[in-house]
Amino acid sequence: MPRTAGRMTRARVFGSVLAALAGVGVAAVFAISWRPAIPAIDPPAPQTFDATLMKRGRVLAAIGNCASCHTVRGAPDYAGGLPVATPFGTIYSTNITPDAESGLGRWSEIAFRRAMRAGVDRAGQHLYPTFPYDHFTNVTDEDDRALYAYLMTRQPVHAMARENQLSFPLDQRFVIAGWKLLFLRPGTYQPDTARSEEWNRGAYLVEGLAHCGACHTPRNALGAERATAQFAGGDVDNWHAYAINAQSPAPVPWTADALFGYLREGWHPEHGVARGPMAEVVRNLSSVPDTDIRAIVAYMASVFGAPTPDRKRRGEEVLGQVNSTPAQVESSDAAGAAIYAAACATCHEAKRPLPYGGVNLALSTAMSGPDARNAANVVLAGLRALEGEPSPIMPGFASSMNDAQIAALLNYLRSRFSNQPTWTGVEKIVEEARRTQTVALQNSRRPDHAPADSSQRDKP
Amino acid sequence: MMTLKVNGRDHQIDADPDTPLLYVLRDDLELNAAKFGCGLGQCGACAVIVDGKAVLSCVTPLLLFQDKEVTTLEGLGSIETPAPIQRAFMEEQAAQCGYCIAGMMMQAQALLQRNPKPTDEEIRAAMEPNLCRCGTHMRILRAVHRAAHLMQTADASTVQRSGR
Ligand code: FES
Ligand code: FES
Repeated sequence: MPRTAGRMTRARVFGSVLAALAGVGVAAVFAISWRPAIPAIDPPAPQTFDATLMKRGRVLAAIGNCASCHTVRGAPDYAGGLPVATPFGTIYSTNITPDAESGLGRWSEIAFRRAMRAGVDRAGQHLYPTFPYDHFTNVTDEDDRALYAYLMTRQPVHAMARENQLSFPLDQRFVIAGWKLLFLRPGTYQPDTARSEEWNRGAYLVEGLAHCGACHTPRNALGAERATAQFAGGDVDNWHAYAINAQSPAPVPWTADALFGYLREGWHPEHGVARGPMAEVVRNLSSVPDTDIRAIVAYMASVFGAPTPDRKRRGEEVLGQVNSTPAQVESSDAAGAAIYAAACATCHEAKRPLPYGGVNLALSTAMSGPDARNAANVVLAGLRALEGEPSPIMPGFASSMNDAQIAALLNYLRSRFSNQPTWTGVEKIVEEARRTQTVALQNSRRPDHAPADSSQRDKP
Repeated sequence: MMTLKVNGRDHQIDADPDTPLLYVLRDDLELNAAKFGCGLGQCGACAVIVDGKAVLSCVTPLLLFQDKEVTTLEGLGSIETPAPIQRAFMEEQAAQCGYCIAGMMMQAQALLQRNPKPTDEEIRAAMEPNLCRCGTHMRILRAVHRAAHLMQTADASTVQRSGR
């Protein structure tokens, strides 16, 4: 082999520097992204867990809405497999039952806590942030222990995780390490001593386990929540998750009491019925004690802030209108008006109390929201009856109206029931909603609205 | 004046465009199979088939039926020549008071047209908008299965004739 040392050309020097740099780069990437595996354990017997701990875990799992993502309609709870569509591709939720081969059976509590804290699985693989560890990182050790006890005592189900559908380079897990460097702020919740204990409890839950911001905060191009726009309204499953801060589009400003009623019962007479993904949140919250709901409400009321005098006036005006006889409004949209009169008004203007009567649409946030998606979803699919319990229902109109007709209706509703500028591209939105709702109906775990009678909700 | 096509025939209708189809069917055309149960889209007694899909005629205004074809129970078959769905309901004695049955048959017919061999669960899901106050649900369920079977063995023309 000829010796080349001492006769290095410029290009070679450059090349070796590059190679060295690349080496350092690879090492750096490795150092940042590599996580050790945590040794597998033998699945612990359910009897080894403390019953009170499990019970607490059940409540926490409800607050964390775990079942909503980790369960597919018709399949056993927590067995995973739900496709979550993201702008980057489809990610499937995993099996979090204690099955040894396909679930958490071989995970120690330490491994579980690391997943919650840092988004790394037992084998050391980075998890995609569709699993909201950017929130769960806040959860305390004790709460993680309770969640672990709860999940490890569920019925084990054998269900292998489905392959994610992501394109290069996002299918490379080390990329997630970079994402975490940018967006994951590890650390448990630090109480604000100037605030009440209740408020702090609420903040801990909302920012952590309940991960409200995951839907209600808009995301940046890299899919992370925008810190500067917290709770300013986001997207989930082709629904708009309304702003739940000072920018809330609710016609009547939310009060702490209204929020409590809504989260407790799934509806409020001044706001309407929870539906879409929020319905499932409320359903899950139904097994959570009043004290935690009160805490969440105390914190959220401060996030909403006191309404401006303008908003307050508008709210009173709307309530006044709703309670008086409806004024005849002139509309350029004759078709929309006729559809409303025949198909909607019989329920929505009947003044029968909620949840069995329809909400007056002047009170509906869907009518004053930033786009027509939520209204389109509801008109198309309606609210299906819940099996075995009283619940609000609304017929869907997907079969009887085409996209143009629904668009005409929505445009009419917008002009009649809100003081906001007209929506744009409504027909396209309806078309899209029609396409996605078929998929959503197949995958979603439960009917898309909360039951009316909270006492019926926590059936085994 | 508007032309409404029902059971293969054109009718000239003189009614406000926001009149629910159910009123036109019953009051103007004297097609009384579709029933008024709730008028709120909550019971299914008024179901008819429009372009192959079950539609609740009490909450569907006339103006939505321009260029569409409506089929009512009368369009499926008659007492002399009942359609498979009607035979199945009779053979299973699925009616008690019968008020819900026309709507049930239309909902089931629409289901069987798009899914000729539904499972029990699929039938329950599809029939969910229809209520029966008499509680004949188990018989209705059997009748839908029987109708599926009859349609597969019946001559294709009977099935085709029934609601498009
Ligand atoms: S009368 Fe139409 S659904 Fe009840
Ligand atoms: S048979 Fe009486 S309502 Fe169904």
